[in-house]
Amino acid sequence: MKIITVLKQVPDAEARIRAGSGGVELDGVTFVIDGMDEYGVEEAIRLREAGHDVEIVALALGPARYEEAIRTALALGADRAVHVETDVELDPIAQARVLAEVVRQEGADLVFVGGKQADWDSAALGPALAEVLGWPHSDWTTELKLAGGALEVRHDTDDGQESLTLPLPAVVTTQQGLNEPRYPTLPNIMKAKRKELAKRSLDELGGAQPLTRVVAQEIQTRERRGRIIEGDAASAAAELVRLLRDEAKVL
Amino acid sequence: MILIVTAAVNGSLPKSALELVTVARELAGGAPVAAAVVGPEAAAAQLAGYVPQVRSLQAPELEPLRAEALTTAAQQVAAELGANTVVMSANRLGQSVAPRLAVRLGAALLEDVIAVSTDGGLRAKRYSYLARVTETVEVAGGGATVVTVKPNVFPLPEAQPGGSVAPFAPTFGAQDTRVTVGERSAAAGGRVKLEEAKAVVAGGRGLGSAEAFDQLVEPLADALGAGIAATRAVVDAGWRPYAEQVGQTGKSVAPDLYLALGISGAVQHLSGMNRSKVIVAVNKDADAPIFKIVDYGIVGDVAQVAPAIAAALEESQGS
Repeated sequence: MKIITVLKQVPDAEARIRAGSGGVELDGVTFVIDGMDEYGVEEAIRLREAGHDVEIVALALGPARYEEAIRTALALGADRAVHVETDVELDPIAQARVLAEVVRQEGADLVFVGGKQADWDSAALGPALAEVLGWPHSDWTTELKLAGGALEVRHDTDDGQESLTLPLPAVVTTQQGLNEPRYPTLPNIMKAKRKELAKRSLDELGGAQPLTRVVAQEIQTRERRGRIIEGDAASAAAELVRLLRDEAKVL
Repeated sequence: MILIVTAAVNGSLPKSALELVTVARELAGGAPVAAAVVGPEAAAAQLAGYVPQVRSLQAPELEPLRAEALTTAAQQVAAELGANTVVMSANRLGQSVAPRLAVRLGAALLEDVIAVSTDGGLRAKRYSYLARVTETVEVAGGGATVVTVKPNVFPLPEAQPGGSVAPFAPTFGAQDTRVTVGERSAAAGGRVKLEEAKAVVAGGRGLGSAEAFDQLVEPLADALGAGIAATRAVVDAGWRPYAEQVGQTGKSVAPDLYLALGISGAVQHLSGMNRSKVIVAVNKDADAPIFKIVDYGIVGDVAQVAPAIAAALEESQGS
């Protein structure tokens, strides 16, 4: 079977984000493969290691810099990659339409997408991709197994968890808890440089018309008092309660 | 026409459903608002106290509730009422259904919004970059739009009694029920709901054990009338139920007071609570990242400081 793992390249979670007049400035920021997407790459590798005959294709839509994240996925164990290279900012719905075209052309059986993107804080791509493809999906998945042409998963819901059985092909959104992603080894990083990375353009895939656009971005800095209260446990606690009551007025 | 799509939880309307009314009225600017609700008649009747037209979605295919079936139902109600804007909660269900509905309607998606405006086109504010940035998103064109609303941000609406409830039976296709739902585990909770709590006491791995979590967090939460939250690590370790998880993969809260015990402050956790009005942290590691965003911090052993805070609260309330 063919598994596609969709990935994004996002600012490192610890990176300092700045905003200028044109919105968030990403110059000088360290970019990494989105942690949420790594769970999908790892899960695909685990399915292969469990004895399933799978080809793993990493798929990304974004600017040239994404190549580094794609190489990471190849070093982790993806067999080859497709990079739809564009500087055009597409919203998740527009992205889903473009990515669906690649998924169709590849004839994939299973697509992994990160549960929530660390740059746009969006959880829409997975369900939107499933809808464009006409496939079922499981979101916020924490357990997964392949059983006789179907997927058995466990996923988070609003008030707990539930088990689902999905017929293939299907889209699965991944998150922390699904697995513990491995680190790429040096030999695999070297090998990844020789793996196939095919470039596609938006035009070849039918173009894209995003229906939304970001018109402003501001860094939210709530002024924090940043006050460290000294003293032993009892006196620090008493001082904290006094401050919460008299200064912050939240008691 | 603005259409609210929501579902009852345990037989009654969640607070977030009423928040959708506030948003729908803002978007409507005087135009009619309608609602479609999955759940018992009582939930539809309750919504009719706020919204003139309510469709009560009735079908065996909607129990248990699946994303594709609700998408189909929402699409059909929207078509019947001629709604071009659909409003849902940005809870797990809404985040699963809204993108599908947007694709199916050829609509724009405004996701997890915290403010809306209709001056010169539909615009919304939302968070991005792990809730460190607030961005304004505009709908290009002016066609159909699906909006998901971040829970606990918008105020509750004023009642407008006298709405009518009509049953609505959607027509489903085979794909709507192709996902089989098996065992479900719901988190039990007797305490104030985390998302609705004015104060939240949160615990991390630094508490050391499930027993220590219970012993240190619960009395403080009781003293404050607070909700209880946990980090992903704590939930993964099985110390606390998933429903209490706050962060990128859990709930997002913004109480007046967030008291973090033994939480180092991974950015994924911070993204779920960094909008809290006042943040307090207790941690033995003075270099823990959480101290960068606190109003008040105490560097020390949680096992000693937490009971001391509970005692100081009791004394303060007694005096």
